[in-house]
Amino acid sequence: MEWETVIGLEVHTQLSTHSKIFSGSSTNFGAEPNTQASLVDLGMPGSLPVLNKRAVELAIRFGLAINAKIAPKSVFARKNYFYPDLPKGYQISQLDLPVVAQGHLDIELDNSETKRIGITRAHLEEDAGKSLHEDFHGQSGIDLNRAGTPLLEIVSEPDMRSAKEAVAYLKKLHTLVRYLGISDGNMQEGSFRCDANVSVRKKGEPFGTRAEIKNLNSFRFIEKAINHEVERQITLIESGKKVVQETRLYDPDKDETRSMRGKEDANDYRYFPDPDLLPVDITSADIERALAELPELPEAKKQRFIRELGLSANDVESLTASREVADYFEAVQQQLGDAKLAANWVTGGLSALLNRQGVEIAQSKVAANTLGELLKRIKDGTISASAAKDVLDALWNEEGSVDQIIEQKGLKQVNDTGAIEAMIDQILEANPSQVAEFRAGKDKLMAFFVGQAMRASKGKFNPATVNEILKQKLEG
Amino acid sequence: MSHPHSQITSLTQLSLKDLSDGLQAGRFSVMEITDAWLARIEKFNPLLNSFITVLADGARTQAQQIDNQIRKGELTHTLAGVPYALKDLFCTDGVLTSCGSKMLHNFVAPYDAHVTTKLKQAGAVLLGKNNMDEFAMGSSNENSAYGVVRNPWNTEYVPGGSSGGGAAAVAARLAPFVLGTDTGGSIRQPASFCGITGIKPTYGRVSRFGMIAFASSLDQAGPMAVSAEDCAIALNVIAGFDERDSTSAQEPVGDYTASLNNSIEGLKIGLPKQFFAAGLDPDVATVIERGVKEFEALGAIIKEIDLPNSHMAVPVYYIIAPAEASSNLSRFDGVRFGHRCDNPKDLRDLYERSRWEGFGEEVKRRIMVGTYALSAGYYDAYYLKAQQVRRLIKQDFVEAFKQVDVIMGPAAPTTAFKIGEKVDDQVAMYLADLYTIPTSLAGLPGMSFPIGFDEHQLPVGMQLIGNYFQEARMLNIAHRYQQTTDWHLRVPAKFA
Repeated sequence: MEWETVIGLEVHTQLSTHSKIFSGSSTNFGAEPNTQASLVDLGMPGSLPVLNKRAVELAIRFGLAINAKIAPKSVFARKNYFYPDLPKGYQISQLDLPVVAQGHLDIELDNSETKRIGITRAHLEEDAGKSLHEDFHGQSGIDLNRAGTPLLEIVSEPDMRSAKEAVAYLKKLHTLVRYLGISDGNMQEGSFRCDANVSVRKKGEPFGTRAEIKNLNSFRFIEKAINHEVERQITLIESGKKVVQETRLYDPDKDETRSMRGKEDANDYRYFPDPDLLPVDITSADIERALAELPELPEAKKQRFIRELGLSANDVESLTASREVADYFEAVQQQLGDAKLAANWVTGGLSALLNRQGVEIAQSKVAANTLGELLKRIKDGTISASAAKDVLDALWNEEGSVDQIIEQKGLKQVNDTGAIEAMIDQILEANPSQVAEFRAGKDKLMAFFVGQAMRASKGKFNPATVNEILKQKLEG
Repeated sequence: MSHPHSQITSLTQLSLKDLSDGLQAGRFSVMEITDAWLARIEKFNPLLNSFITVLADGARTQAQQIDNQIRKGELTHTLAGVPYALKDLFCTDGVLTSCGSKMLHNFVAPYDAHVTTKLKQAGAVLLGKNNMDEFAMGSSNENSAYGVVRNPWNTEYVPGGSSGGGAAAVAARLAPFVLGTDTGGSIRQPASFCGITGIKPTYGRVSRFGMIAFASSLDQAGPMAVSAEDCAIALNVIAGFDERDSTSAQEPVGDYTASLNNSIEGLKIGLPKQFFAAGLDPDVATVIERGVKEFEALGAIIKEIDLPNSHMAVPVYYIIAPAEASSNLSRFDGVRFGHRCDNPKDLRDLYERSRWEGFGEEVKRRIMVGTYALSAGYYDAYYLKAQQVRRLIKQDFVEAFKQVDVIMGPAAPTTAFKIGEKVDDQVAMYLADLYTIPTSLAGLPGMSFPIGFDEHQLPVGMQLIGNYFQEARMLNIAHRYQQTTDWHLRVPAKFA
């Protein structure tokens, strides 16, 4: 019998609020240690938490996007454990009544079928601080800047059956939280972190014993870590041993997981409702407000692009990969009035340039309306597509406006048939043997003649006109 | 400081109200009265140990400023220039805030509690910080790392707790008023033992911001003073919504002094039969019954009521309060503030020894009990069950207040007991709060005011319980009684 992998995922995503979930401190990343820690974040005696309502609003927005139930009454609970970067000795989290319960997300499988992944719950909690071990001899430093940063913990059902499915789900979730504007999803900065519960079983049998893998912060690591863990478990069972319930840490350098703590060392967190915080009542007015703030979701956007703009399913996939790309594309498209041309450039020339520069579209030095202007010049025949690429590079280097650059670089296309014809006559005369070969059936030489003409014109001839004239002369 | 002794005595015999009136009328300066009260503290505190910190310099600096402000007409608040003291769990910027614990022996608070801010703004002069049972856990003030506080009526006796330092200070006239806190009776029981007036407002009436927590769902700050009128003046300043405390009540605050003289003719007073059953000292019962008759004579109607679940209040309290405390006190880990053990060999050692050395016996006991009650497998049987019973206890009061306006009974089953008498019998000690705990669990306001003395010349306190946010009515009732009696004006002989 074949082995089957069972995976459930817990994702901690940092919510994009300006201030922390229970204090007024800033949530900005990368400040000097302990400069963004107030009395509350330091767990000062006598300090009290006050809920940042924005965090609840963002959680509701997420719940609506995954068709979940929004709790009419949600409760914060204390999760008690000692750790130096946990200043109060407890984390304020949610246990019994999370804001979001019973939603789902559909993922596309390799065979292009869709699969529904259940989302058990999503609850709000505060992040801990950071322990710093490097700069202190025989001691550890504590940075509490991150303590109290709002997190939404999204817990899936054990619905995934392969590392690939797990990654597909995570990517989908990652896109979604950024679309919704509830998180920047920055994985390097820890804004989107994942723990994976992995077990194996023979098909049709009950779930096997699971191990929880922590510290997974890139899609590549997640896939590798899960596959490694699955292999480890199968090897164990096939050699007659048992999988034990434990927490394992993935080490990306060695590509292996190692035991962190066993079930017997697991903390008894002694959850109980936090008496410093009242239960949160979520009214239908709150939900209506969240609905009004809900942006168009990726799936709806794809369908609209296909339906209204006549794009192909292939085109829309990458155009809707993030809200920023989609918004950029729509801006270009609206200015240009040519969805196909806009799509080709956003996913082609611009995307290649961004990759070379190593930046996201949000940081593009060429604004959507500038790209729109540039594409207009292709459309009206002023420049060729290849000249447009040069203009795009020049725009990135801030060499001027679209028309200035075209002027400066002399990139205007020559559409004068007489001039083109004269040049082509010269080329055919200079290359009699190629002309003979072409006429004998070597069609590929057409590209040679076009190339010659474009080179001679320094790229300024309209390639369509060149092609047309060549055909007349060679075949006619 | 060149005042004749007679003036010192006379200034410290004045009530909060008299001090306020005299200051506003310019009969004496803030500096004069501050000196007078500081002199009394200097003279008598060694006998009582009711202060952990005396802020002589700070008080004089403040007095000078406030004198100037009053002179310029910038400060006209009733409390402007009136001295007071704070239980040592209210954070006070730049001042040791020890909570009566070795754990916080070095904790200089970096900020002011809400009540501290309010009183500062009103211009009240802070004389010092009062001794207390460690982390407010205790009923006798014997659990303080700063030593036992003595009862001014008999210095061999306890003053009650946990706000024992403040209660003793008011009884001995070392401060015209103090702020205490009450979790299960910590204002009312020491007020009763020391023969003063103290009120625990409705839960949420006074912000807990900056008050070092014992049990968050029960803790409530309130004033302790000679009279109900003085308590009303102080409560006016500290009551009200504070956005920094999520459990703070939005309910508007009136002027608690406005209705002090309202008639109590026809007032319906309920006497819970459970408060007069076994466990009540017969001597205390006699005094309370006489007091009830006096209210009858003032026009009140007396009715027996039933609080059928009140016998479960003490066990329920000793689940819920320690459970919350076990979590609230986790932040004292030796990492960021407070006591840290010497040369920890690793993290675990740092935690264990810092906490072992920093906390006293009773605090450790309650952390253990609370941790147990919240543990996996016990939570449902203890914590959850206790919360269910707590709702029943609250419901008893809701029913009772359909029949009566207020509830009265003894504040404590006995008068003050001898120092050391109950330290080895925790259950006996816990029963000192038998009559105050039900009110705390229900979140209702409760007060204690002097109603007489037992045969050992120790004060007896009458407990008065009102419906939610009925503090004005309660203070009115106690004030009317105090207009016709002088129990509250009596001063222990040694301190007269």
